[in-house]
Amino acid sequence: MNKFIKLIVVLTAFILITSSTGIADELVIKGSTTVLPIAQKTAEAYMAEHPSVKISLSGGGSGNGIKAIIDGTAQIGNASRFIKQKEVMLATGKGVYPVPFRVALDAIVPVVNNKNSVADLTLDQLKDIYLGKIKNWKEIGGTPGKIVVVSRDSSSGTFGVWKNLVMKKERVIPSALTVPSNGGIVQAVAGTPGAIGYVGLGYLNSEIKAVRVDGIKGSEENTLNGSFPISRGLFMFTKGWPKGETMGFISFVLSKKGQSLVKEAGSIPLF
Amino acid sequence: MLKRQVIDKGVHSGFLLIALFSITVLSLIVLFLFKEGIPIFEYVSIKDFVLGQYWYPTDDPADFGIFPLILGSVSVTLLSGIIAIPLGIMTAVYLAEIAPPKVAEIVKPIVELMASMPSVVIGFFGMVVVAPFIQQLFNIPVGLNMFNASLMLAFMSIPTICSLSEDAIFCVPAALKEASFALGATHFETIVKVIIPASLSGICTAVILGLSRAIGETMVVLMAAGGAAMIPGSIFDPVRPLPASIAAEMAEAPFGSEHYHALFAIGMVLFGFTFIFNLIADYISYKFRQVGEASL
Amino acid sequence: MIKQRLIVQKIWFSLLKVAAWVNGLALAVIVYFILSRGWRAVSWGFLTQAPKDSMTAGGILPCIVGTIALCLMTILVALPIGVASAIYLNEYAGHGKFIRFIRLGINNLAGVPSIVFGLFGLAFFCIVLKMGVSIASGGLTLGIMTLPVIIGASEEALKSVPNTYREASLAMGATKWQTIRRVVLPTAFPGIITGSILGISRAAGETAPIMYTGAVFFTPDLPASILDEVMALPYHIYVLATAGTQIEATRHLQYGTALVLIVLIFGMNLSAIIMRSKMRKKLRI
Repeated sequence: MNKFIKLIVVLTAFILITSSTGIADELVIKGSTTVLPIAQKTAEAYMAEHPSVKISLSGGGSGNGIKAIIDGTAQIGNASRFIKQKEVMLATGKGVYPVPFRVALDAIVPVVNNKNSVADLTLDQLKDIYLGKIKNWKEIGGTPGKIVVVSRDSSSGTFGVWKNLVMKKERVIPSALTVPSNGGIVQAVAGTPGAIGYVGLGYLNSEIKAVRVDGIKGSEENTLNGSFPISRGLFMFTKGWPKGETMGFISFVLSKKGQSLVKEAGSIPLF
Repeated sequence: MLKRQVIDKGVHSGFLLIALFSITVLSLIVLFLFKEGIPIFEYVSIKDFVLGQYWYPTDDPADFGIFPLILGSVSVTLLSGIIAIPLGIMTAVYLAEIAPPKVAEIVKPIVELMASMPSVVIGFFGMVVVAPFIQQLFNIPVGLNMFNASLMLAFMSIPTICSLSEDAIFCVPAALKEASFALGATHFETIVKVIIPASLSGICTAVILGLSRAIGETMVVLMAAGGAAMIPGSIFDPVRPLPASIAAEMAEAPFGSEHYHALFAIGMVLFGFTFIFNLIADYISYKFRQVGEASL
Repeated sequence: MIKQRLIVQKIWFSLLKVAAWVNGLALAVIVYFILSRGWRAVSWGFLTQAPKDSMTAGGILPCIVGTIALCLMTILVALPIGVASAIYLNEYAGHGKFIRFIRLGINNLAGVPSIVFGLFGLAFFCIVLKMGVSIASGGLTLGIMTLPVIIGASEEALKSVPNTYREASLAMGATKWQTIRRVVLPTAFPGIITGSILGISRAAGETAPIMYTGAVFFTPDLPASILDEVMALPYHIYVLATAGTQIEATRHLQYGTALVLIVLIFGMNLSAIIMRSKMRKKLRI
């Protein structure tokens, strides 16, 4: 028993001793899962160039990112939508002034299962599907089957943009499945023959099929020339004007190298 | 000698203080739940909160009705109970009465290992393996639904129900059993007519605690139930039980916002459910406990 | 007439047997899937490297370290308080209403849902005590969650110490505290440790209490102090499977992480079970 107590004492001492604060430059980034691939690539590259900087990342949704900025639990909040009026008021109420940096452009592309024959939908049809007015694929020219609507959690910026631009602020039907990330939509749609969902450009891959909106394909070209109806900017918000490593990282993302990494991640660089 | 006695008294008080720690923590939990949860009722009435049918917490204006969430929790728990209660009790009876000792030595650890399986792994299994399987098997649109979650929850409740029931059955005095045999009953008839009624309070406690575990379980319902805040129409509908809503939305609700308070209020409701379950279980086990057989 | 009843019995007994073995089947199925799809991902590199390439390659070392750190913190919190509470309940307390009150509190603490612990941990440890997302907050949350388990196990261990030991010690003139310290505790110690290992193994697998209090999606370094956030095995499975950037591509990593977690937990459980049966044989003089 004494040996055991000694072990616990040693471990406790170890833990307490290493509790000495040695906060190496740490950067905490939280938020949008759409921006996450960009954040991951740029963070890895930045840490390779600046070995003393420690960047920790989280997903969770744009709402998480903005909340983290307001509450001070992160230095950078990724968001795939702009900050809401409610959030601005909450922030200024706490003495926080969020500063937006647009780091990339993106399009939200509706996706269906690879086995689905539908390849084109109008904006109104998309809205009616998500309102629950269109319930069966045969109503829009596909093979008969129940439409399984997949949407995002309320924290998602992608959802926020979808709600504004497609739903025109009307509510998505409660029976829609909700997943917590873009990756989750890909997973759900790829595994369910009757499913429909929406993801950012960076998440399009061979597991799912992209659908044209009003005949226009969701692509970099169509976003830049403004013809694709569901496009948006991707942002990194900071608490007040960024200083130190935060400023360094944001500058890196906005630099040529950073923007080439944006392209690698699948989104659209600003230049 | 005096010194030893003083130390002894001091130690006694010290231990008493430490023993009160659990109650203190419990009270703190209740306190914080209420402190952070009550403010939502300045925004929405209790009746609208509990019976409201729409959960759209980030809309403008927001809707904070948790009725679909409550129904989701209740339905998933009941369905898992339908699966877990018979299996759990039957396993308990088997282990306590029928199994040869060598077999019991294998089955018991199996049940204990089931209990130690982490909830996230069970939820992962439900999401990745069971969902496509039942989607194909039952030809339903999507495999992430109430049925899936209930299956996985049953896996988690069975060990609880089984071990507590087994303890209760074990505690039935041998004299009762022997008397029944002496009157000519078969083993099975003894089990059904004597042993189970005698251990009924323990079994009830086991069932209630098992259900309480199911209703409070988070990871399984977060990953396998589908996340749709709707009132379920069939067992293959996706649902969004209370713990799943809290876990999914907690990270995005800024401290002090209405959404934040609403989530704590859901926590209050959830805590209320499990608290009542535990009180009932405690009452049953105390009131109806076996206080010795009627013997000379 | 008796034949009929015996046939009924035979049928029911086989049903009961089937029911019991259904559990074994369910467990086997889960273990089979995790094992068969996960073992390929597990290699020495997997266990000793950090994640690379946006978490699509590399290993889970930070998660293993994080989980161990959280477990240690849990032990630190739950063991002393739990054993002390058990000592009071078993050695000092009477049977009155006050004791029933304390026991009610412990039982209710045991029934609190894990996400409610997470909420409390967030509101109290992270915000009020300003510990933020850290091993400290996560460990404290897990600690209070594990407390009832340790109290229960310790009480059982203390109860199994024969009263004759206590009486002999008191008869030789020792005070109650001396008796506890030198006779009862050492005898009960193996049982306490066994029960505690089982409790800790539960804490190792929990996700909801640490989601907002201790664990994060990705942090590049191993934790240097208890105020650092960590990655953890159960949380890693969850984020890779639901919030990762390439869910299908990392599927084998998810299975691998699940396998490592199960092996860790089963290992702890098995060692506790073996310890317990060894002790039982020893006490059966």
